[in-house]
Amino acid sequence: MLRFLLRRIGQAVAVVAGVILLTFVIQRVIPGDPAVAAVGPKASLEQLAQARHDFGLDQSLPIQLWNYAVGLLHGDLGTSLHTHQAVRHDLGAAFPASLELVGAGIVLAALIGVPAGVLAARYRRRSADAAIRVNSMLAVSVPTFWFALVLQELFATKLGWFPVAGEYTSSLDQTSPLHIYTNMTLLDSLITGNWPIFTSLIDHLVLPVIVVAAYPAGVIAQLTRAALIEEITQDHTRMERSLGFSERSVLLRFSMRPALNPVLSVAALVFAYSIVNTFLVESVFNWPGLGSYAVDAIRSSDTPAIAGVTLLVASTYVVLNLLVDLVQSMVDPRVRLS
Amino acid sequence: MSLADLPLRSDRLRHFRRLRDLIGADVLTGIGAAILFLVVMAALLANWLAPYPSDAGSATHPEQSLLKPGASHWMGTDQVGRDVLSRVLYGARTSLFIVVCVLVIAAVVGVLLGVTAGYAGGIVRDVIMRVTDIFLAFPALLLSLALALVLQASLRTAIIAIAVTWWPWYARLTASIASSIRTRGYIEAARCLGVSPLKVMLRHVLPNSLTPVLVQLSLDAGGVILTAASLSYLGLGAQEPTSEWGLMVEQGQSLFTTDWWVVTFPGLAILLAAFGFNVLGEGLRSALDPRRGAQ
Repeated sequence: MLRFLLRRIGQAVAVVAGVILLTFVIQRVIPGDPAVAAVGPKASLEQLAQARHDFGLDQSLPIQLWNYAVGLLHGDLGTSLHTHQAVRHDLGAAFPASLELVGAGIVLAALIGVPAGVLAARYRRRSADAAIRVNSMLAVSVPTFWFALVLQELFATKLGWFPVAGEYTSSLDQTSPLHIYTNMTLLDSLITGNWPIFTSLIDHLVLPVIVVAAYPAGVIAQLTRAALIEEITQDHTRMERSLGFSERSVLLRFSMRPALNPVLSVAALVFAYSIVNTFLVESVFNWPGLGSYAVDAIRSSDTPAIAGVTLLVASTYVVLNLLVDLVQSMVDPRVRLS
Repeated sequence: MSLADLPLRSDRLRHFRRLRDLIGADVLTGIGAAILFLVVMAALLANWLAPYPSDAGSATHPEQSLLKPGASHWMGTDQVGRDVLSRVLYGARTSLFIVVCVLVIAAVVGVLLGVTAGYAGGIVRDVIMRVTDIFLAFPALLLSLALALVLQASLRTAIIAIAVTWWPWYARLTASIASSIRTRGYIEAARCLGVSPLKVMLRHVLPNSLTPVLVQLSLDAGGVILTAASLSYLGLGAQEPTSEWGLMVEQGQSLFTTDWWVVTFPGLAILLAAFGFNVLGEGLRSALDPRRGAQ
């Protein structure tokens, strides 16, 4: 177990190192000199040289890479050219808001997807199965940005059931100011018992969360169905049936646990995909998360900010993958051998 | 199935019949195939099908801007008076072009690296697979965003960017198949006969790794369509005046409340095309993968 653990952690560190190298390369080839962007077009040559020196651009590439990596290890992601604040600070504010959205989306997706997959497997080749398969296929095929626009148009603009955009009604900042601990408004308002902001937030969350949940819900339903069907064709289910267990027990008591393993193995992938998918949702619903930050950064060619976002999401993916592998190896010892 | 049983004509016919039966056996797969057939036809015959072919480009008719869907414009017209139906039909051409380019690049690069890694094993495999892991750590849309920024935003850039994020899947898939094939008897036989490693790889390992790759290709096409549309929507893909579905949604989104058709139809087109590919791919997978054939 220890050897497996060390080997997997070693691999993860190697991948993160590669990711750092790649983001460095992307930063260096992006057209536009960050020093010029920082001092503005009217700066004198001396100011420009000073800025280049401050950014370390007058040094050789390997030394720049070394400085970049050392800075990263100290948690220094550079300064945003757009907000003029430390990228780490910006990400610290934006990432929790996205996690809130993705987290709620994944929970909703699991709540819909797993039961849907079980139902489809239980009644396979019947109308319930067909309906679930069509719907899960539609859920993974719908373009996120379009789905977001359609829901916003129908349920916010036309029917007025939900707010059009934003995280919570901003006037509440005056009437019941929020104490920030985690930067996740959902948690902060819950901890501090700030009900006006909490209910307003839930109201604002409904539509974006449905859009974020669509893709993972479809994937989870399909995987659960496929894994369960494979499991109930195994010998152990024949044994259980012959012992007189009901179809319901065969499915839920004996087949569910082994079937969830493949579902778990794609969880990290789906989560990472959802974080990026959220970018599109955030830009439609004007949610103050990583996606809105990234889109702003792209519009203003804010290289350090883009590199920061890339690095953060890629590292999140690597760490999640590592965690999933470790959990799986605990659940299913065969994983360690492969 | 090895390549040796393919050349006989009757065999080919049998394979074709089998494929036809597979598609016919499942209603949903049949629907997917039918949708795809329509999309491909729209792409191929856009010149003849589109009522106003010149509207696919930069034509403008200010006097007919934002007409409601009606007899002369089935899907209405956009801000500058172009026929939305014509642009949606030409959009099928753009989308399929992107899909073909991306998947050809990704599959060729990925399969070659994967076969090499799987067949060679050892250090070669480790190096290739670690590089693959690095690229896999970037979600497709994110790396495409970063790359589309480095290169000037255009259709070609979007294709390159998506292909760069897509090849690792094929490398990983083929590597695992190739490494299981290399221990088979016929590979050992070929090696004992003194066939060069390169030839063993290209003539024996490669063809036998291809069936899962074909299934993966049809499954991925839907994802490529969605990613390309998302990039265009963010302004990092196809540019005006190209008829591209994601771009059309972006251009129409501020008019959604007053002129619903400019956003609705291009979006539906993306949904339909992606749905067709996904359903067909799923059907092919459960049909061609004997382990899951029972479903």
